[in-house]
Amino acid sequence: MPRKISTFLLPALCGALFLALWYGLHAWLSEDLRFLLPTPGAVLDALGENRDVLLHAAYNTTLGALLGFGAAIVISFLLSLALALSPLVRVSLYPYLMILQMTPVIVFAPILILWVGPGLKSVGVITFLICFFPLVVNTTQGLVSTDRNLVELFALWRTSRLQQLLRLRVPAALPYFFTGLRISATLAPIAALVGDYTAGSSAGDGGGLGFQALIYSSQAQYPALFATALVTCVLGFVFVAIVVSLSWLALHRWHDSYERSDR
Amino acid sequence: MATSPIVELLDVTKRFGDGPVVIDRLNLAVPPGEFVTLLGPSGCGKSTLLRLIAGLSPATAGTLRIEGRTPEAAGAGLGFVFQEATLLPWLTVAHNVELPLRLRGVPAAERAATRRQVLGLVGLGDRGGAYPRQLSGGQKMRVSIARALALAPKIMLLDEPFGALDEMTRERLNEELLAIRREQGWTAFFVTHSVAEAVFLSDRIVVLAPHPGRIHAVVSVDLPGPRTAATRLTPSYLDLVTRTSQVLRGVAPASGHA
Repeated sequence: MPRKISTFLLPALCGALFLALWYGLHAWLSEDLRFLLPTPGAVLDALGENRDVLLHAAYNTTLGALLGFGAAIVISFLLSLALALSPLVRVSLYPYLMILQMTPVIVFAPILILWVGPGLKSVGVITFLICFFPLVVNTTQGLVSTDRNLVELFALWRTSRLQQLLRLRVPAALPYFFTGLRISATLAPIAALVGDYTAGSSAGDGGGLGFQALIYSSQAQYPALFATALVTCVLGFVFVAIVVSLSWLALHRWHDSYERSDR
Repeated sequence: MATSPIVELLDVTKRFGDGPVVIDRLNLAVPPGEFVTLLGPSGCGKSTLLRLIAGLSPATAGTLRIEGRTPEAAGAGLGFVFQEATLLPWLTVAHNVELPLRLRGVPAAERAATRRQVLGLVGLGDRGGAYPRQLSGGQKMRVSIARALALAPKIMLLDEPFGALDEMTRERLNEELLAIRREQGWTAFFVTHSVAEAVFLSDRIVVLAPHPGRIHAVVSVDLPGPRTAATRLTPSYLDLVTRTSQVLRGVAPASGHA
């Protein structure tokens, strides 16, 4: 089989098989249990029926995810610069960063609501905390991993520290930064949803997908619950797709992680 | 009388911390325009010596005068070519070559003119838009040399620049390097462990002995006319290679003493 066809056909076949199994399992269940596993068709119907509610919730979740993700990018970058430029700062702060990274942020969700206020603010802070560490760790690693020969070359040219930072260390750290960004991009919508799960209910405008999942779950609207998961999935996919595209734009011409186009 | 030296080393000693002495009271005076090769086994401090001249590392004792200044003050005007091409992979060939000028605030038009000139010199005038990973090892080294030349240095320091290349590429780059030097007339310090390369390139070969690094012998290379590929077939060249090899063999291995 030609490779082109198989790369499309095989996943399609698997998908079809999966849906068939799903329907089969649904049919196999006794009638009083079938509500536990709504069919894909029922999920799509629920998606259509709850379109406006889910769109609004997705909008709220996206806003929270973007807010936290964006703040994490900016602040983690600044902290990484400080960590990379000053061994003193690095030695002093790194152990605590490690400990903070291990801390399950979600435990603090209830009190965060009291600290920063309900809704978007809490969701943003929780997303920020979860997205922050992969970014700091990777970017710092990138900033201190600059090729020693290149550092020497800049020393030979008697460049300033700022020139060395902007022209050498930061561009050399880009592949690491994008690795962190890709991890955080997958985490951001999930973090926003989880944050919303605890903090969304107190929002004035109906909350996001997490809050909506709570409502559907309590009302036993399982097809709508599955539809909420589907929407979150799509949201995560969009986040990752954007980061992957940015990464490609920044790196594909020179970095070894991308295939050479002239070979 | 000889002109005053462009590089002068007086009792230069180098030691890293409490470690062994790497270079021991070395004296060397080089007149402008001379091509000097530092030849010797590993551990003789030849790369360290180059780094001292470049001001990348301070001498422990003794005096270095580069164009009448300290290495720290003179260093920015030197051309340095490393063992590896050390190009910035995210910059095109053109931007790599222009980088030292850009860091110095040279205006764009002037940068472009210099870049065209030096890339032309190394025969890569048409590869300005390429990224380093699209080039062969020899081409990368050519770009690295062009980048060093972009600063119009009076002194070029070359630390085993062709060590990683195949024999044929190495020989061709040797010829090209000499052709460029004939045009520009800079003084050169060239580190290698290849006798053939040393003889082909140099006016003078300084053979170093290791542990601690010191001058074992100096071989003057008097080969007639501009050196080309044909020079390698002449009896005088082959004779010098033989003699230099014998001198190098006389360098006592690790346990030797002066």
